[in-house]
Amino acid sequence: MGDFLSQFGELFAAYDVPGAFWVNIQLTFWAAIFSLILGTVLALMRISPIASLQWAGATYVNILRNTPLTVIMTFLFLAVWTQLQISLSDDFAQNFFRFGVIGLTVYHAAFVCESIRSGVNTVPLGQAEAARAIGLSFLPAARLIILPQAFRGAIAPLGNTLIALLKNSTVVVAVSVSTETSTLMREMIESNANFIYAIFMIFAIGFAVLVIPIGLLTTFLSNRLAVRR
Amino acid sequence: MDHGDATTTTDPAEASSSLGAPLVELKNVNKHFGELHVLQDIDLTVRRGEVLVVIGPSGSGKSTLCRAINRLETIDSGEIRIDGVPLPEEGKALAKLRADVGMVFQAFNLFAHKTILENVTLGPVKVRRQRSSAAKERALELLDRVGVKNQAQKMPAQLSGGQQQRVAIARALAMKPKVMLFDEPTSALDPEMINEVLDVMVALAKEGMTMIVVTHEMGFARKAANRVVFMADGQIVEEATPEEFFTAPKSDRAKDFLSKILSH
Repeated sequence: MGDFLSQFGELFAAYDVPGAFWVNIQLTFWAAIFSLILGTVLALMRISPIASLQWAGATYVNILRNTPLTVIMTFLFLAVWTQLQISLSDDFAQNFFRFGVIGLTVYHAAFVCESIRSGVNTVPLGQAEAARAIGLSFLPAARLIILPQAFRGAIAPLGNTLIALLKNSTVVVAVSVSTETSTLMREMIESNANFIYAIFMIFAIGFAVLVIPIGLLTTFLSNRLAVRR
Repeated sequence: MDHGDATTTTDPAEASSSLGAPLVELKNVNKHFGELHVLQDIDLTVRRGEVLVVIGPSGSGKSTLCRAINRLETIDSGEIRIDGVPLPEEGKALAKLRADVGMVFQAFNLFAHKTILENVTLGPVKVRRQRSSAAKERALELLDRVGVKNQAQKMPAQLSGGQQQRVAIARALAMKPKVMLFDEPTSALDPEMINEVLDVMVALAKEGMTMIVVTHEMGFARKAANRVVFMADGQIVEEATPEEFFTAPKSDRAKDFLSKILSH
């Protein structure tokens, strides 16, 4: 045990472990915001009365949800950046970071959309009918009546998506974001193969420490904010 | 149940003579649910100030008829006009028309995440663009009128069914509708709560509100209705004043139906 602790000390002294986690937290933060926005738009399309929008929303979800995240990231890196030479920032690291956020966003928006749709299913049809009956058209009815209740019903699945997003943020290594945890873990293993268990534990515990509060918080909020009927 | 007597019953002949121009007109309306022909060649005119009760066995199409009038159900053919204007297909025009048609549902359908007061002010503020202070003042007036003003800050789930349904009536009235549709407003209520809702409806009828009421409450029909329409199997089988219909139904279907609901 004492041996383990000294290994931890040595590793933390040699590498910026909190800094690497901080990169994943930042990636997750931005991707969570953008995927929540995009996912909400997609969910609105899927529940809208317009058939072409429903189709477009469903097609997006089915394509992005069924594509491995690594493939999306590699596509952004090789096709969009290398081939099309589309750059998002003059700063190299910032450019890759933004591609990472885009990849995480487009992928997780599909899951956010489906989480919100499951939330919409918790709202009785009568709520939409009552909204229409007082003269609200689709968008105001969605904004004022359906979505506020749907979000409250979707907190648990949205929390699951956020947890997946945080862990999936390590896949940005495929767009050359080189400061995040999985890259750091590989570096540490390469030069400290004898510390392998300590290294694994650092990252396993690190993610658990980040993820467990998210789970607790979403469970608490989904009970707290549940719409009483 | 109160069956009413001569002094409280509105005289149908007298009431009919005071009715205004046609407000809701259905011409040759047809609707199918798959194979089922739920509305068959429905012709019906409701005049301004008229109180129409639609009665009939379950599955007769009476709820569908009520819901078709503000296009919560679409129709396959025929025409529905409200105040002379044909029902628009979709979009803004339809929303505008629905704002003029009050609807009260069997399941109340109060907005579950909004307070009682917000339920009543939401339409006037968001649809009619009223100032929120004015909408609030009027909402409290309406809540007072239906007897739930002291519940204004509560959430719908904290109220009894009868209270919720009275709030739903206030919510519809806040839009100053031309006509009110009631789709079995007391069917989901415990027996002791039915009268508090019916009392509000009778008062509304006496004030001259145009009402289309799908209900089995004969006490209400006798007290407040100008006309009863009996539906069965998607058709209007019989139309009469409440007195005529309940005492001397003409069709066999109506006789059969009444014998079943009156035998207890």
